[in-house]
Amino acid sequence: MKFFHSIGQISLQSLAKLGRSTLFLSAIINSLGYPLLRPKLLIRQIYSVGVLSFWLVAISGLFVGMVLGLQGVYTLSTFGAESSLGIMVAASLVRELGPVVSALLFAGRAGSALTAEIGLMKTTEQLSGMEMMAIDPLKYIIAPRFLAGFISLPLLAALFSAIGIWGGYIAGVELLNVDVGAYWSQMQSAIDFYDDIVNGIIKSIIFAWIITWIALFEGYDATPTSAGISRATTKTVVNSAFAILLFDFLLTALMFGTS
Amino acid sequence: MMQYKALEISVGLFVSAAMAALFFLAMQVSNFNALQNTNSYTLTAHFDNVSGLKTKSLVSMAGVPIGRVTEISFDPENYDALVKMRIDARYNTIPSDTSASILTAGLLGEKYIGLTPGGLDEFLQEGDAIELTQSALVLEKLISQFLFQSASKD
Amino acid sequence: MGPSGTGKTTLLKLISGQLKPDSGSIMINEQNVHQLSRKNLYALRQKMGMLFQSGALLTDMSVYDNIAFPIREHTALPESMIRTLVLMKLNAVGLRGAKDLMPSELSGGMARRVAMARALALDPEMIMYDEPFTGQDPISLGVLVKLIATLNQTLQLTSIIVSHDVQETAAIADYIYLLSAGKIAGQGTPEELYSSDSAWVQQFMQGKPDGPVPFHYPAQDYQNDLLAH
Repeated sequence: MKFFHSIGQISLQSLAKLGRSTLFLSAIINSLGYPLLRPKLLIRQIYSVGVLSFWLVAISGLFVGMVLGLQGVYTLSTFGAESSLGIMVAASLVRELGPVVSALLFAGRAGSALTAEIGLMKTTEQLSGMEMMAIDPLKYIIAPRFLAGFISLPLLAALFSAIGIWGGYIAGVELLNVDVGAYWSQMQSAIDFYDDIVNGIIKSIIFAWIITWIALFEGYDATPTSAGISRATTKTVVNSAFAILLFDFLLTALMFGTS
Repeated sequence: MMQYKALEISVGLFVSAAMAALFFLAMQVSNFNALQNTNSYTLTAHFDNVSGLKTKSLVSMAGVPIGRVTEISFDPENYDALVKMRIDARYNTIPSDTSASILTAGLLGEKYIGLTPGGLDEFLQEGDAIELTQSALVLEKLISQFLFQSASKD
Repeated sequence: MGPSGTGKTTLLKLISGQLKPDSGSIMINEQNVHQLSRKNLYALRQKMGMLFQSGALLTDMSVYDNIAFPIREHTALPESMIRTLVLMKLNAVGLRGAKDLMPSELSGGMARRVAMARALALDPEMIMYDEPFTGQDPISLGVLVKLIATLNQTLQLTSIIVSHDVQETAAIADYIYLLSAGKIAGQGTPEELYSSDSAWVQQFMQGKPDGPVPFHYPAQDYQNDLLAH
C-alpha cells in the first residue's frame, strides 16, 4: 500500500510541476518583447550567461578537437585512411559534440548560476519586492535571461566546433603529419552547410531553450531556503543533462536518420 | 556605469568571435561557398542502375568536383533511375555529347558520377539531359558474371 | 501584532495580493484585491508601498538606482527630475550621502531605510511594514520608529505595521490588533491593550515567559519521558 501511495504521490507532484513549468514558459514567452525594448538588460545578461562561459567552452573545444585529431589518426591509420581525418573531426564536432558538449558545459556553468541567482532573489524577497513595486519580475528578471541564453548557446556551440576543428588540425596535421590539403578538402567535400552546420545550430537552439527553461524554472520554483536553492541548482544540472542527451538522440534520429 | 561600457565591449567581442566562427564553419569547413543555388544549373541523366549513389554524392570531371547529386528517383516509364545533379555555373562549357558514368572511389569507397567530355561545340544548358550513361558496377553481379564465365569455359 | 508564526506576514501578503485567500475578501478603496485583473492589481500596487523584512533591495544596483527603479519603470520623467525625486526621498530617510553605495555595503538598518525610501518613491497612499524593527540595534531602532512616525504624519499615509516589538509599535500605533493562531485575540488603542483584563493580552504586552501560552511546548509527562528507556 505504502509503495503505491508514494508512486501516486510522486506522479501527482511531477504532473503538477510540469503544469507549473509550462505556465511559467508561456508567461516568459509572453514577456519576451520587454527585453527586446531594453537592450541594456539583455546585454548585461548575455555577458553573464555567454561571455563568462567563453573561456570554458573555448578551452574545452580545443582539447576535445585535439583528442579527436589524435584518436582519429590512430584509428584511421589502421585502414590507411588518415586523409579522412578532416571529415571525422568536423562531422563529429559539427553534428554532435559541438552542440551537445557546449550545452552540457553551459548547463553546468550558466544554468546552475541562473538557478542560484533567481533562487536567491526569491529568498531575499527581491522578486516579491518587484511585484510590490508593480514591476513584473517575469519581464524584468526572467525574460532577459531566457533570451540571453537563447542567443548565447548557439554562438558558444559555433565557437566550440570551430575551435575544435582547429584543435584537430593542430593534433592531426601539425603533430602527426596528416596532409594539410587532405584535411581541409575532404572536410569541405563531405560537410554540407544545410544538413550538417545548420542542423547543428538548430540543435543548440533547442538545447538553449531547454536549459534556460529548466534553470529559470527551478530557481523560480525553489524552496526559499539555502537547502532549497542547493537542491534546485543540482536539479538544474542533472535534469538539463538528461534532457540534452535525450533530445540529442531524438533530434539526431530526426535530422540524420533518413539519409 | 563605467563598468557597463567594458561589459558592452566584451559582449561585442564575444558576438563577433562567434560570428567569425560561424563564418569559418560556413566557408572553410563546409561546401557553402562552392555550391550555391543561385550559381548553378541542373542536369538530368537516366541510369539503368544507381546502386550506392546517394543525394549529395559528388559529380566530377577529370577528377575535379564540379557538382553534386540533388535528387534520385525511379522513372516508371522507362523502368530506370532518374538522377538530377546541380553543376557549378562556372563549368558552363560541358559539351552536349558528354557521357556520365557511376564510379567508385577506391575499391569500396563512395560512389560518384564521373563525366567524360564529348567533342561537340554545343554545350549542356539548364534542364538538359545527359544521353550517354553507364550504370554503377554492382559487385555481386560482377562476381557472378566472372564465376559464370569461368564455369562456361570449363 | 502577535507572536511568531501566527500569520501576520501572511495577512500582509494577502492584503497586497501576493497570496490568494481560500475564502473571504479583502477590500482596498472599495476594490476587492483578489478579483482585480493583473493590470488593475499592478495599478493598485503603485499606490501601495511595502517594506520587506530583509529590505528586498535589488543587489545588482546602487542605492540611487534602487530608488530610481520604480520611478523609471512607471513614469516617463526626464533623468534630471528623477534625480531630484530620488535625492528628496533619500534625504527624507537621512541617507542622501549613501546614494552611490551598493546594497551589500549597507548595514541592516540602513538597508531598511533605503527600502523605505524606495517604498515611498511613487508617493503611495498606503504603506505596509513587515517586521520593521526585528534585529535592529537600539540606535537604528530609534531612527526607524521616528521615521515611520514622522513619515506617517507628514505624508498623511495609511500605515500597517506588522511586528512583535511591543514597546516600539505601541509608541506609534493608533490602533492595534493582536493575532494569535490566525485569529484576532485582542484589539484596541495601545492604552486599552495595556489595561486589558485578558490574560493572553497581558502576557503578550508585558512579555511574560509563562501564562496562557505555556513555556513548554506540549509534551508527555517529564518524568515518564525520562524513564521511558
